[in-house]
Amino acid sequence: MSRRVKLALYALLCVLCVPFVFPTWWMVTSSVKPISDIFAFPPALIPSRFDFSTYSRVFELQPFGQQYLNSLYIAAVVTAGTMAVAAMAGYAFARIRFPGQNLLFLVVLVGLLIPSEVTIVPLFQLFHAAGLTDTHWPLILVPILGAPGVLATFIMRQFFITLPGELEEAARVDGLGRFGTFRKVALPLARPALGAVAIFTFLHSWNLYLEPIVFLSTPSKFTLPQALTQFVDAYGSPLWNVQLSAATMTALPILVVFVLAQRQFIEGLAHTGLKG
Amino acid sequence: MTATDLGDRVAVRAAARPRPFWTIPRRDALVGYLMISPQLAGSVLFVLLPLGLVVYYSLQEWNVLAGTFEYVGGANYAKLLADPNMGQVLASTALFSAGLVVLNLTLALVLAILLDQRLRGTTFFRTLFFSPVLVSLVAWTIVWQFLLQQDGGVNGLLGLAGVEGPNWLRGDTTALLSVVVVQVVKNVGLNMVLFLAALQGVPRQLHEAAQLDGAGAWTRFARITVPQISPTILLTSIITVVGSLQVFAQIAVLTQGGPGLSTTVLVYYLYQQAFQFRHLGYGATLSVLLFLIVAALTLLQWWLRRKWVFHES
Repeated sequence: MSRRVKLALYALLCVLCVPFVFPTWWMVTSSVKPISDIFAFPPALIPSRFDFSTYSRVFELQPFGQQYLNSLYIAAVVTAGTMAVAAMAGYAFARIRFPGQNLLFLVVLVGLLIPSEVTIVPLFQLFHAAGLTDTHWPLILVPILGAPGVLATFIMRQFFITLPGELEEAARVDGLGRFGTFRKVALPLARPALGAVAIFTFLHSWNLYLEPIVFLSTPSKFTLPQALTQFVDAYGSPLWNVQLSAATMTALPILVVFVLAQRQFIEGLAHTGLKG
Repeated sequence: MTATDLGDRVAVRAAARPRPFWTIPRRDALVGYLMISPQLAGSVLFVLLPLGLVVYYSLQEWNVLAGTFEYVGGANYAKLLADPNMGQVLASTALFSAGLVVLNLTLALVLAILLDQRLRGTTFFRTLFFSPVLVSLVAWTIVWQFLLQQDGGVNGLLGLAGVEGPNWLRGDTTALLSVVVVQVVKNVGLNMVLFLAALQGVPRQLHEAAQLDGAGAWTRFARITVPQISPTILLTSIITVVGSLQVFAQIAVLTQGGPGLSTTVLVYYLYQQAFQFRHLGYGATLSVLLFLIVAALTLLQWWLRRKWVFHES
């Protein structure tokens, strides 16, 4: 490749980068600008003055620490639960023979066809009847066992199908039962697929917005996405600098973790699970 | 020999003695049922039952505010057909989904090809393009809402170049365009990574052989690369199409469906009807419509997979 082509490619990559990088940069820098500076022209790419007081305002206006913990613990429980449920179901559908298997798998797959918005009204009624609205139960149970979990089960099944049968024979000769084979032989091999499932599930739970606003009404039970939209003045206009501080605190930790572990992250996603 | 064969043989040997009830295939089946039971129970309780209930609700006049709940047969479906907003809502939905899918897949493929050129620093750029996938969706949307204000960052940057930008979220066309771009930039990294993996799986000899036969870069792309990565194109398009029909938070935060109905996609209309106006019966009818559209598109794509996709790995 000639030097000139290379330079052109680099220039193209740099230009294409702008919409991907600028919003995050603008979010972080604007969150520490004094309110008088955030709509200034010309835009200041690097703040000339710093004002960190909005960060404490975030915690004064909302129980933000509690909301942060809510989001974290819900995402953690959903991720762990989905990995367990999907790994078991995926393994059984892929490697164990039992009557009605194909029909039951089709029944489960219906979940892939159903956007969560379609079932939100009846789900609200069901949880209302069970006295579980304004609790975190719907945000935990539905993602693990409902439609979002089906995708995880599908990914795990696609992975377990590729395992060589000799491994299981060896396990059986060693006296392991079916569940023992799953837990001691198949599951350790499934780490890449489980990793992909974990990432998808965590992000899905972390981003959930419709479900929290439908199910929750007490601010101390809110999750982060829901809380972020609550930083408004009496007329409903956004308190920009407070919102951006809260958004920065929500987004930055995950981004840092990603940058540190990006290789495993991206390659894990690309080479397992979703290959079809 | 598979594990099941082995199980059968053990079972045959055991048959010589008095036959225990719990043969290995039976024990296997029991373990299988137990292992799928949480997922199966969840599917029945949180997918099939609600789906049935949606159909049932769609046959009721059910208004929470008015306190009504009565069977009205197909009245909600008649209302759907006569709804003066429906044409605009479906048009917005189609425009939004089509714009999103085309832009997302094209950009993902272009980025993947750029990153596949063996340049130094590819990992760095890959990280940058992928990073919005990990930013919390509502945080990302709020930042763009801030950027797209009349005197916000986007117009600030345009102003530096001497261009006066529009009030993005207040114009019909620019609002829809904004929502599409915000969503594409957020998620294109995922498809890019999948395309990149697919491109790297194309055997190099195919390109070399074609080059010897005098095929140009474009011919090689159209005749070798595209067919080779067609399973990935299909998979990403299914994910993206179905995903585009579920975009809710972005619209709720950026435009609330406006101006007018220009960004009121079906999901948002359904939310308004059911949870803002409390017409739960009509909301359920719209849910049935959304389900039918998603199911039809997914089945269509699976059918295309058989007809068109070059090979299955």
